[in-house]
Amino acid sequence: MSNLKRTALYEKHVESNGQIIDFAGWQLPVQYESLEAEHNVVRNVAGMFDVSHMGEVEVKGLDALNFIQNLVTNDVYTIENNQIVYTFMCYENGGVVDDLLVYKRNNNDFLLVINASNISKDYEWMLENSKDYNVEIINISDSISEIAIQGPKAEEILQKTTEFDLSNIKFFFFEQNIKIGNIDCLISRTGYTGEDGFEIYTNNNDIAIIWDALLDAGKEEGLLPAGLGARDTLRFEASLPLYGNELSNEITPLEAGLGFFVKLGKNDFIGKNALVKQKTEGLKRKIIGFEIEKGIARHGFEVYAGDNKIGFVTTGYISPTLGKSIGLALIDAKYATIGNEINIKVRKKFRTAKIISKRFYKKNYNK
Amino acid sequence: MKTIENLFYTEDHEWIKIEGNEALIGITDYAQHKLGSIVFIDLPEEDDEFERNESFAVAESTKAASDILMPLDGTILEINEDLDDEPGLVNEDAYKNWFVKISISDTSQIDDLISDKQYIEFCSKED
Repeated sequence: MSNLKRTALYEKHVESNGQIIDFAGWQLPVQYESLEAEHNVVRNVAGMFDVSHMGEVEVKGLDALNFIQNLVTNDVYTIENNQIVYTFMCYENGGVVDDLLVYKRNNNDFLLVINASNISKDYEWMLENSKDYNVEIINISDSISEIAIQGPKAEEILQKTTEFDLSNIKFFFFEQNIKIGNIDCLISRTGYTGEDGFEIYTNNNDIAIIWDALLDAGKEEGLLPAGLGARDTLRFEASLPLYGNELSNEITPLEAGLGFFVKLGKNDFIGKNALVKQKTEGLKRKIIGFEIEKGIARHGFEVYAGDNKIGFVTTGYISPTLGKSIGLALIDAKYATIGNEINIKVRKKFRTAKIISKRFYKKNYNK
Repeated sequence: MKTIENLFYTEDHEWIKIEGNEALIGITDYAQHKLGSIVFIDLPEEDDEFERNESFAVAESTKAASDILMPLDGTILEINEDLDDEPGLVNEDAYKNWFVKISISDTSQIDDLISDKQYIEFCSKED
């Protein structure tokens, strides 16, 4: 256990009876009292997540804009200062290096927020692909802590802790140097739950003060700390992908149904040729949503059409909000029609399932 | 954690109520607490045969699936169908809500089961 890292909020998790597990090399709570209670509080009131394990990389210099435009699939030429895009870094073959958020401070200064499990890999990838560009790439992951507050009452609660008018931060925009108490924070209206909410970044020494300030401000409404378990069930209900499940070096953004964030019309970027080819030829595999009749379909379970193995489950749960056993699976495109029946191998039994829309839950973004 | 005096137990957190050559099997209060909210229970079918320590059922929480192991060699006589619709009953009362009723193949194996006092002691060492 001694090789595992702790965020600056570790003691807070222990104090709140967090059940600590190893996640991507970090000691973090999978839940506190109850995964279901934490999931529901985010949908109905607000929940608070320690996401300090996420990675942050700064890209600065004269060629920062062009470097990023080549690095990611989305179009960063068209975004404003203080705006954020969700995008992918792809390999030459179109497989995904990581999914990430790109925060634009200005044309020469960007902040990239990446998955905890991919920090070293992403940083190396960026360095390797920066040789032709006048940029500085700085991995500041170890010096940044982050809290996500998510839910319909997230803004109301966070507003109690700052004089800055949070209604000025629109969906997928951010502001810097916002004071919570006398602590400077970067705050974005972003999240991974399908609800309105904010992500708050500051230095490691001050994050615990922010945690306490939010818990205090949210006491009346019933704000709860929420763990990684609820984080996964919430994003899954909102059909948001998880790298390692719906995205990987072997699954392209087009196969995952996330072509909206891949601008094939823009100038060249790493992976463009492969993705254009994949789109032109038609996808051979697609991620679909399904509802299973009985039992729970877990990540990795095989999917069949009759006797043919046609794919595998990427994520599955009994949805706490919907009360149905549902999932996402990557299958042969020719079976990927809503209404089709498939069979899922759950341990030794084959269970019937039906393909349904991936829009399991109606997102409540404050757009 | 709750236990009931006249039941037998195993170190895999099952309880057993012996009725002659038959037994009712369930999971203990300690087990339901450790599992958290049980959202699905995968039960076997009547007439299925299992050996001691073989998994005969699976109790699933949102996050994980836990094998429930046979404490004795036996054949399934009856399954508790209430648990199909309401798996959470086990969280409410682990001793009232049994999983299966079996016919015991080898009654000498009952000697290997532990008492409630031995089970309590075992659990105190687990934590």
